[in-house]
Amino acid sequence: MTREEIESREDESMMDAPQINKPKPEEFFNVNYLRIYYGKSNLFPYSDIHKWLSYGHDGKHPGCDEYYFGRREFSFTLENDVYLRYKSFKNASSMEDAIRSHFPYKIDIGAVYSVDPDKRHAYSQTGSNVFTPVERELVFDIDITDYDDVRYCCSGADVCSKCWPLMTVAIKVIHTSLTEDFGFKHILWVFSGRRGVHCWVCDPKARRMTNEQRSAVAEYFRVYKGNENNARKVALMGYSLHPFLARSYVDYLKGFFEGELQATQSIFSTKDKYEKILAMISDEDIQSELRGKWENSARSSLSEEAISLVRWEQLKNTLQSKKHKAPTLRMCVEEIVFTFTYPRIDLEVSKQMNHLLKAPFCVHPKTGRVCVPIDPNNCDEFDPLAVPTLSQLIEEINSGGSRMDVDDDSDDSDTSLLGKSVKFFRSSFLEPLLKSCKEEIESSYKTKIGKSKDSLSW
Amino acid sequence: MEVIRSQKRTASNDVVSNPKIPLYLTAPPLEVRLEEFELFAIDRLRVLKGVSDGLARGKNPKEMDDVVDALWKEHMRHSDASEMLNKDIISHFVIRLVYCRSDELKKWFLSMETALFRHRFRLRNFEAQRAIVGEFGLPYKAVTGAELESLKERLGQVVRSLGQISPSVVNDICCVSVCFFSFLSFAVEAVYYKVPFEEVPDLVAGRRVLIQKGHAFVAGSQLVSLVVTQFRSHISKALILTNRKWMTTIREREKDRLTPIVEALSTTYVGPDYSQSNDYADISLKDIDQVSKSSFPLCMRHLFEKLREDHHLKHGGRMQLGLFLKGVGLKLDDALAFWRAEFSKKVGSERFDKEYAYGIRHNYGKEGKRTDYTPYACQKIISSAPGVGDHHGCPYRHFSEDNLRAALGRMGLSSRGMEDVMDKVRNKHYQLACTLTFEAVYGTSCDVGINHPNQYFEESQKILKSKTPAAPV
Repeated sequence: MTREEIESREDESMMDAPQINKPKPEEFFNVNYLRIYYGKSNLFPYSDIHKWLSYGHDGKHPGCDEYYFGRREFSFTLENDVYLRYKSFKNASSMEDAIRSHFPYKIDIGAVYSVDPDKRHAYSQTGSNVFTPVERELVFDIDITDYDDVRYCCSGADVCSKCWPLMTVAIKVIHTSLTEDFGFKHILWVFSGRRGVHCWVCDPKARRMTNEQRSAVAEYFRVYKGNENNARKVALMGYSLHPFLARSYVDYLKGFFEGELQATQSIFSTKDKYEKILAMISDEDIQSELRGKWENSARSSLSEEAISLVRWEQLKNTLQSKKHKAPTLRMCVEEIVFTFTYPRIDLEVSKQMNHLLKAPFCVHPKTGRVCVPIDPNNCDEFDPLAVPTLSQLIEEINSGGSRMDVDDDSDDSDTSLLGKSVKFFRSSFLEPLLKSCKEEIESSYKTKIGKSKDSLSW
Repeated sequence: MEVIRSQKRTASNDVVSNPKIPLYLTAPPLEVRLEEFELFAIDRLRVLKGVSDGLARGKNPKEMDDVVDALWKEHMRHSDASEMLNKDIISHFVIRLVYCRSDELKKWFLSMETALFRHRFRLRNFEAQRAIVGEFGLPYKAVTGAELESLKERLGQVVRSLGQISPSVVNDICCVSVCFFSFLSFAVEAVYYKVPFEEVPDLVAGRRVLIQKGHAFVAGSQLVSLVVTQFRSHISKALILTNRKWMTTIREREKDRLTPIVEALSTTYVGPDYSQSNDYADISLKDIDQVSKSSFPLCMRHLFEKLREDHHLKHGGRMQLGLFLKGVGLKLDDALAFWRAEFSKKVGSERFDKEYAYGIRHNYGKEGKRTDYTPYACQKIISSAPGVGDHHGCPYRHFSEDNLRAALGRMGLSSRGMEDVMDKVRNKHYQLACTLTFEAVYGTSCDVGINHPNQYFEESQKILKSKTPAAPV
């Protein structure tokens, strides 16, 4: 499409935005695009977010708490790192208005408090009217930079198709545990926009968990205890793995380690790499034995991947025969697998109710990518490098390809870049969640009525 | 609970003489003498502070069991079991009243009472434990039949996953001999309770239970987790209610009787008061400089150095250092001479006599209402608020990190020792930091922990004198 064609178009979705030029490919993110995204383009799904965070309290049932949404904290990060906390909104349209007047670079969602965060100063710090969090989703944050010591393709903020599978495995392990072990049903996984994933557990039980209980779940998931001072960062004590770890190992970790990981990371192929692994074996003799084998075979003609596999087999065999030498060797093989593959969550994010976390469907300022949901049952298919960027979305509007009305359930929204994600959010997560919320509101209302009826009878 | 004056107490019919741990669910209908109100509370406070100390020193659960056992025997025991139970209950409720009044106090009380309960529970035998669990009236059922069968393999995995070699850890996990044997053979225990995972957060965190569909399967030997969570939750709620009652009715109603006692109890220091100096501590003026370098704790050393440097100290510093010196054995005449010598250099001896001498005499009980003031304990010093120009307070709390490091360096700490101390400081364990300093300076361990500057001085003198008996230190 030529510049002349764009400029001559009467483009209704550009009504509120200033005239923009055709986007340069390297400009993934800028304020003008952001204004369109949050503007009348119907890209950002305001009403879905509002419905989600209202958890069924839409005022249509007598048991609803119409002030529930208004007690949720939001925070905005503006251009120039200006940070606005304790924002709260009475309803969807005031949330829309606020976002459209600030065009925040980042929107965070906090807890539901005992009173409107906006009005917190009106309440005392002690006594019964205290400003304190009362509900908050159980959340998890997994960032690939926490794996830098075990990925060789990238480091820091970069992510590629070789190391992203670490996130995929993490999702599988954690999601299975959340559903099978903890019995949670309403779980939303979201791409963080650059190099990680967030998880929102929205069951009522989860939202009411205390900090201590959240901490307990986070610790249940914690295996890696590494810093630069210790070589053996995973220490699996005992005579067997806890059933949760055993299942994770058998169903996900072992296969991933011996298959995809070896192929993409070749963790034994050079001396630097294999020394790191040898350091995890707490027996000098075994280390020397393996080192001897590997130093000598350096001139093999096999591919890096093949070398790695061979050495892994050698390591396993050696440890198998020698593991009775010391208790710390008993599960050394598993420890190595866990070190390279097991999820590393950011504990601090999960432990406290008042911790803020980025909202789904935000745009990441450094990459321009939208924080779209990830389907945990299909997470192998997710490609972080194929996530729509802000500039792609704007270009899609410019080209007038599909009507950007995400409230429209017609086939068009399926084919639009963002429409698919919004549709998934709605059908897989929001609808089942709202159904269950409404059931709960109704049943607790009935109980309350029932109780007061009882108190009248004498 | 009724507080009365000097009348004989009538025991209620609720009191039963068996080794039960009361759950403190409701204030009992007992009558308490006013004197006992305070005394019982102080004894229990000694126990709770001992618990706090043990935990801060990182003692493992088995060691804590022993600590609690010893503390309880020392402070709370009574030959008559029903008297002991009364004291237990009364002292808990008094301290609850004292410690409900601020968030910081509440948090401390909750942690210590929960820890105390946990270890007292662990010390009981299985039968007593089951009885206590029963008292909570929890709706959780034991798992039986087909359900238990289907879980057996994974329950076994959990047991094996907890297996360690060292016996101390084995004790840590089991508190009952029956479990000990079944544990060693890695068999699944006989009884498991199905409880919501939220009820046993510490077992979940340690992956010490099987969890399925939101339920945790808690072994009989792990009951302590279950009851401790319940206990903690109950006490937490009770503290809020007690606070409300205190603020709305009790404080005003009792302002001439209980309120002053309650308000004093929260800052009570429960060790020796050093108002009478002893043999080790008669120092004379000519030795004072040397002694300040060799035996003074950091807070007093700092004040002393500043006094020598500035020839002056503000009121807070005069009180803290002055009373300390009294406790150390400086007689009134020597004290007057000491302070005059310094202050005259700045304000002249006439002004000293007019404005400052009175204060010193007052400290020694020779003026005004003639109270013989006691030297400040660490608790008081730590909670003071030094302002501009002040040098009193606790350096571990009130100094910036850089200044503290410099001061510790001047005391002779190695960089390794300093890191340990700074670590304690960061975690706000100021007295432990001082204790570590003591240990580093004198090359010896101090198990009791420092909680009074005069204690630091005395212990230091003991060590130095034992090394060179004749020479002045």
